[in-house]
Amino acid sequence: MSMSLASARCGALSSSAQPNSKGAPKDGAPALLAQHISKTFGGERALDDVTFSVAPGEVHGLLGQNGSGKSTLIKVLSGFHHPDPGGSLQIYGKDVGLPVSVGSFRSLGLAFVHQHLGLVPNLTVLENFVVGDLATQQSAFLNWPKMRRKARETFAQFDLDLDPETPVAKLPQVERALLAIVRAFEDIRAEHLAHGLPGILFLDEPTPFLPKEGVDKLFSLVRGIVREGASVIFVSHDVDEVMEITTRATVLRDGQFAGTLATEGATKDEFISMIIGHKVEPYQAVPQDYSTKAADISIEGLSGGALKQTSLGLHKGEVVGLTGLIGSGFDEIPYLLFGARQAASGQITIGDQATDVASAKPMDAIDQGLALLPADRLGAAGVGELTITDNMTLPVLDELRAWFGLDRAGMHNRANRLGGEYDVRPNTPVMKLASLSGGNQQKVLLAKWLQTKPVLLLLDEPTQGVDVGARQQVFGAIAQAAEQGSAVICASTDYEQLSQICDRVFIFARGQVVQELRGTDVTKDRIAEQTLLSLSLSGGYKPSDTTGAPA
Amino acid sequence: MNDQTTSAAPKKSSFNWARELERYALLIAWVLLILFFSQVAPASFLTWSTFSSIIFGSQAVLLILTLALIIPLTAGDFDLSVAAVLTFSAMLLAILNAQMGWPLWAAFLVCFGMGLTVGLVNAFFIIFFRIHSLIVTLGTASIIQGVILWVSGSQTLTGVSNTLIEWVIVKRFLQIPMAFYYAIILAAIIWYVFEHTSIGRRLLFVGRGREVARLSGISVTKVRAGALVSSAMLASLAGIINGGTTGGADPLSGLTFLLPAFAAAFLGATAIIPGRFNPVGSVIAVFFLVTGITGLNFLGVDTFVQNIFNGAALIVAVSASQLVRGRQEQGIT
Repeated sequence: MSMSLASARCGALSSSAQPNSKGAPKDGAPALLAQHISKTFGGERALDDVTFSVAPGEVHGLLGQNGSGKSTLIKVLSGFHHPDPGGSLQIYGKDVGLPVSVGSFRSLGLAFVHQHLGLVPNLTVLENFVVGDLATQQSAFLNWPKMRRKARETFAQFDLDLDPETPVAKLPQVERALLAIVRAFEDIRAEHLAHGLPGILFLDEPTPFLPKEGVDKLFSLVRGIVREGASVIFVSHDVDEVMEITTRATVLRDGQFAGTLATEGATKDEFISMIIGHKVEPYQAVPQDYSTKAADISIEGLSGGALKQTSLGLHKGEVVGLTGLIGSGFDEIPYLLFGARQAASGQITIGDQATDVASAKPMDAIDQGLALLPADRLGAAGVGELTITDNMTLPVLDELRAWFGLDRAGMHNRANRLGGEYDVRPNTPVMKLASLSGGNQQKVLLAKWLQTKPVLLLLDEPTQGVDVGARQQVFGAIAQAAEQGSAVICASTDYEQLSQICDRVFIFARGQVVQELRGTDVTKDRIAEQTLLSLSLSGGYKPSDTTGAPA
Repeated sequence: MNDQTTSAAPKKSSFNWARELERYALLIAWVLLILFFSQVAPASFLTWSTFSSIIFGSQAVLLILTLALIIPLTAGDFDLSVAAVLTFSAMLLAILNAQMGWPLWAAFLVCFGMGLTVGLVNAFFIIFFRIHSLIVTLGTASIIQGVILWVSGSQTLTGVSNTLIEWVIVKRFLQIPMAFYYAIILAAIIWYVFEHTSIGRRLLFVGRGREVARLSGISVTKVRAGALVSSAMLASLAGIINGGTTGGADPLSGLTFLLPAFAAAFLGATAIIPGRFNPVGSVIAVFFLVTGITGLNFLGVDTFVQNIFNGAALIVAVSASQLVRGRQEQGIT
């Protein structure tokens, strides 16, 4: 099936075809050629006869929704999973026996950077950088000055501003990712010098927790690495990023090979329809103009963290986006309002009831009708090892009582009903939250709060790590909540998302609002442009309706 | 195949044998252990009097202490001070009731008051100063132990009111001393709270995801403090029952309950609701351990075997439970 799907234009390889010659070394062998890779878990095929190749010096994308088999494929290649018999793997034309024995990938010239990066926060940049050497070399004497010099040289080569003596815990997320990548590249380079293989670096979704600026830095590092001759396999579900950085991209769908596209010349629609198998109608809200109405909810003088004296007016049924560059403070607002982080000052007025934000705790916020969906899905929003039912019913336990205490059947039914309403797949309330895909976890956690009919719904990066299909459903759920009268605040650096769901977007710089976009200005490009300009906009903005008074 | 199916629907298997086996493995092991000793030990092992007075009847104190422990453990905190509180409670009872002639109810009040105080002190240092519970309760346990030696003059005291002794071990139902029923009633209450009240849910969320709990409007501080106070108060109760069982108090023997209680708590977490501290599992775990030790005693093995059996059973059971889980390859991503 995988072969037949691939059209000639896609440049996909059949098992007998010669690999794409673009950028190939003299002997014409691809850097990596994986053929007929399958993997079955307990009767279910997670990978079904997947074949793909990567050319030397190429950035090759690996795309697919959650559950499409990307991670399983990577885990087979790293030796973590044993594939079903019948597959083969060649690295630079040389047959490598499957399964890959764990730990041997290093000697094959492969290196992996997973989303969790594998850094030890308490140790310094240098200690983390050389940990591979420490683990494999037997040496009675560690030459720290030499290692430090080598680290500095590598950092300088890639224009990285990393101090070897800083503990990793103090680095921003972006720099941690950069460190992990450059460390993996050092492993490859050592192997290259020893055995002459340029090497292949796997980046398994390194970007979902990075803001836009960070992604740019990361991409320039990746470009530097392929310039050295290595290949990079870039796993992601962000089509825009894949289109920006890759030469070609392979798409997996339902565990099968859906095709390989040459990035240049392919359109975003082509990618998306290949990923989900049919064209999605992107969700698009028609921005409503609320400027003539008095605000239902007003926030005044909110400060805390990077945020300074911010005032906003919101209306029932309105979705307001907040964005800005790193450190502009916009992403603090949901947490400050909810009392999840201590605000220095601020007041929120809902109807005619004013509350001091600085002294509010989450339970006070909930009493006022606020709900917060944090970005850290399994760290702050839900507990992965507890069931869907447990997670969903937590805020409404008081409603679910029977004569004997908690109504366990009622809890199950509630979770089952909400699961159906928000299209949680599979809708099995006894499953652990962690065993769902990211998108389905998010649906569960959104349902957890939306059942409380919040007056003000606070969101931080609601579709981070969520696949294309589930993303539209999350948007639909947010829109529905707004229709039913909730005001929604969404902090995000995903401009496309903001343009799709928001009625208004506020752009922040240096802790303050510098621009407000509304109506036809709420487009991805306008938001991106204004955000990039935001630092030069400071000070000029006069909020038109922070108090909600007619303009 | 439908293109829109993003994740394959799980198979509707009505009955998961591996999971059910894991849930009841400890119970089955207990039955097998009884069968084993009934074959190899003297005939007197498999009699109702062995079961009523030794296996069920003799370890109510250990059972109550284990139940006390699983409350803070569920909330994510360790309480190493329970054995010291138990000993101190028994000692206070002996001093006030036997030596000073206070009525039982007044002595009880002091015992529970002491438990309340220790629980609050533990909670204060753990929550307010954010010190790990292991460190704080290790410290308070040591302090209490010192106080016990001081107030008792390192002497064993006897002479606790006969009323108490009567209501703890003399009175029997089905030949089993009343203390057993108190422990079982306590287990039932804790089971009810854990499974059927919102407090139980909150306790679970506080233990598994403190930030999630906080952002869901749960007062994490109150829940943790409540759990630590509950464990200390229940340890006081265990001390009173111990006083009724032995008719007095000695300054050291209470400490020997600490390791078996932890062993039983963790062993119990492999049963009934695997991966969670749960009272039914704790009850089975305690009886499993006691049966093993009693059986070995019947075979004439020395008392040192207690510690060896407790430790070995804990490690073997937890390893077995880990093995069952590890075998199922998890996560199709």
